[in-house]
Amino acid sequence: MADEIAKEYDVIVLGTGLTECILSGVLSVKGKKVLHIDRNDHYGGEAASVNLETLFKKYGNYTAGTEPWKQYGRPNDWNIDLVPKFLMSSGELTNILVSTDVTRYLEFKQVAGSYVQQGAGSKATIAKVPSDAAEALRSPLMGIFEKRRMKSFIEWVGEFDPKNSATHKGLDMSKCTMKEVFEKFSLETGTKDFVGHAMALYLNDNYLDTPGGAPETIERIKLYGQSVARYGKSPYIYPLYGLGELPQGFARLSAIYGGTYMLNTSVDELVYENGKAVGIKATMAGVEPEMKFETRAKMILGDPSYFPDKVKVVGHVLRAICILKHPLASTNDADSCQLIIPQSQVGRKNDIYIACVSSAHNVCPKGYWIAIVSTIAETSANHHLELAPGIERLGKIEEQFMPLEDGRSDNIFISKSYDATSHFETSTEDVKDIYRRCAGEELVVEGLREGIQMSQE
Amino acid sequence: MADANTPKPSSSVKLVLLGEAAVGKSSLVLRFVNNDFQENKEPTIGAAFLTQKCNLPTRTIKFEIWDTAGQERFASLAPMYYRNAQAALVVYDLTKPTSLIKAKHWVAELQRQASPGIVIALVGNKLDLTSDSAGSAEVSGDGDDNAEDSGDARKISTEEAKTYAEEEGLLFFETSAKTGHNVTEVFTAIANAIPETSLKSARGPGASHAGASRTEEQRVNLNGPRDPNAKEGCAC
Repeated sequence: MADEIAKEYDVIVLGTGLTECILSGVLSVKGKKVLHIDRNDHYGGEAASVNLETLFKKYGNYTAGTEPWKQYGRPNDWNIDLVPKFLMSSGELTNILVSTDVTRYLEFKQVAGSYVQQGAGSKATIAKVPSDAAEALRSPLMGIFEKRRMKSFIEWVGEFDPKNSATHKGLDMSKCTMKEVFEKFSLETGTKDFVGHAMALYLNDNYLDTPGGAPETIERIKLYGQSVARYGKSPYIYPLYGLGELPQGFARLSAIYGGTYMLNTSVDELVYENGKAVGIKATMAGVEPEMKFETRAKMILGDPSYFPDKVKVVGHVLRAICILKHPLASTNDADSCQLIIPQSQVGRKNDIYIACVSSAHNVCPKGYWIAIVSTIAETSANHHLELAPGIERLGKIEEQFMPLEDGRSDNIFISKSYDATSHFETSTEDVKDIYRRCAGEELVVEGLREGIQMSQE
Repeated sequence: MADANTPKPSSSVKLVLLGEAAVGKSSLVLRFVNNDFQENKEPTIGAAFLTQKCNLPTRTIKFEIWDTAGQERFASLAPMYYRNAQAALVVYDLTKPTSLIKAKHWVAELQRQASPGIVIALVGNKLDLTSDSAGSAEVSGDGDDNAEDSGDARKISTEEAKTYAEEEGLLFFETSAKTGHNVTEVFTAIANAIPETSLKSARGPGASHAGASRTEEQRVNLNGPRDPNAKEGCAC
């Protein structure tokens, strides 16, 4: 079997997370000869979706010999994301899916609602994030005068053109901060909070004071509005059977264009010549006998866990995966939703996100909901306490799992690992960045489709 | 298979190919879809899936045939591949004993992971390399026990594979993608074996393209509003 591995590839990709699989897919379509390896026996790395048995065994209150998952139906009816995220329906990942025709392998459904919390504890209000002027006028998040200010702000965002200074309200967009823009419209703190965190999807308040940062924020708000407008209910869509389907879809794209896939394969050594990585020595397990091989490549890329010496920890993402038998309160019994608790509402520096999905997306049996609460750790002490404002939104919890990182190199979250955001815009920026560096050109996704053969007929 | 004066009910069926590398999975499909065969065919490249219609007396089945794209070579086929498949072709090379072992592994995997009710056909390919390649090897036929003739590369007897297929409730055929022997028969038998009920609840991307399951309102077609040209390539 080892003789089926070429002596040299254009690119070796390590790890089958979403970023790596998109890159493999795109590089294969562009004619590169790709070898794609993962040490696990499944696709997705830390972005995989796992079944309930696996989740219990990895992170649960599980005593050997017991089978607590049995009370929740067939374990395989569960596809639980370890890293919760939604796609923005007009976002870049959606563009990539459409341009590469990976949409042929996956099905998506809308996420039923996008909500934001105002206030904390028993005084908290949960309300739909208003996405257009009409919704702003109906929203309980604002008083009567604020609603009008918000309406004129949203209308202005719609007209904003970064190249046309007539639409800049007299502000110098190259220098001014978003805070100054908000001041121009006299928006209240609570409004700024949901605009910045639930629409522009910033995780903290740093964006407010970035000079020249206003156009980016405005683009993000626009993206939110366009994404809502696309299908109606929320800006988010989500694949049936969970996020783990995404890397598999792109891996298939790569394979269709000649990419070679090897799971269960660990890298024993990166081979360097003159300070440059030129190949790998690796072992494929799960076959008898295990297969050792060596191959070369012009380029090697991979997720951080394959380069433990080259990455540094920049933060820990805290998550609690909770199994519920009811939808989230105040979400109109949504079968799926996102609820953002902006940091300042609960005295934190980082937002708390709750992503909730259910059998509507084929991730669990009927009658169950999966809610994942996440945030970025601000202390090293009590992670439970940090997630508490989110967890208290969930009501009765049947089971709770906390995939806590133990600091081992294969689990650390580094800058370009999956962050705490609940959408993929940052991941696709990473894809574009890596592509630019390894292919020496910008990744243009429109037109990728030209090179793709349609099925016959 | 080409008459359609009166429109018959038509349904899409996702069919997946499984089996060891180089047993002739793609060749079988190429024979079925294009009635063509390529000697020394390169490993599969470049097609998301192929489609071919199968006309039955009362309905038309449109197979949406998914190839492994070589991901079976190092045991790296993704579960997404056989998700919602309504039919599977598990292929072995009847001149290669290990390929039947692999086929049995795939049958077990499908029974464990795939949709309940999936129609599985076990297919022994490369009949042209055996001495009974003259065409007397109908499944139900008799007199194919002459496997010991000289020039016969057969290593797996019809009886052995057939017995296994019966135990597991699989359709069973021996085929030659090279000569075309029994190839259409396999697909017709699968089409006949697919129950009406599973057609009504047809799922999978192809099925939704065909408009077969538009009941759930929130399902979205990403190719829809943004790119009006996106549909032209759609096989449906």
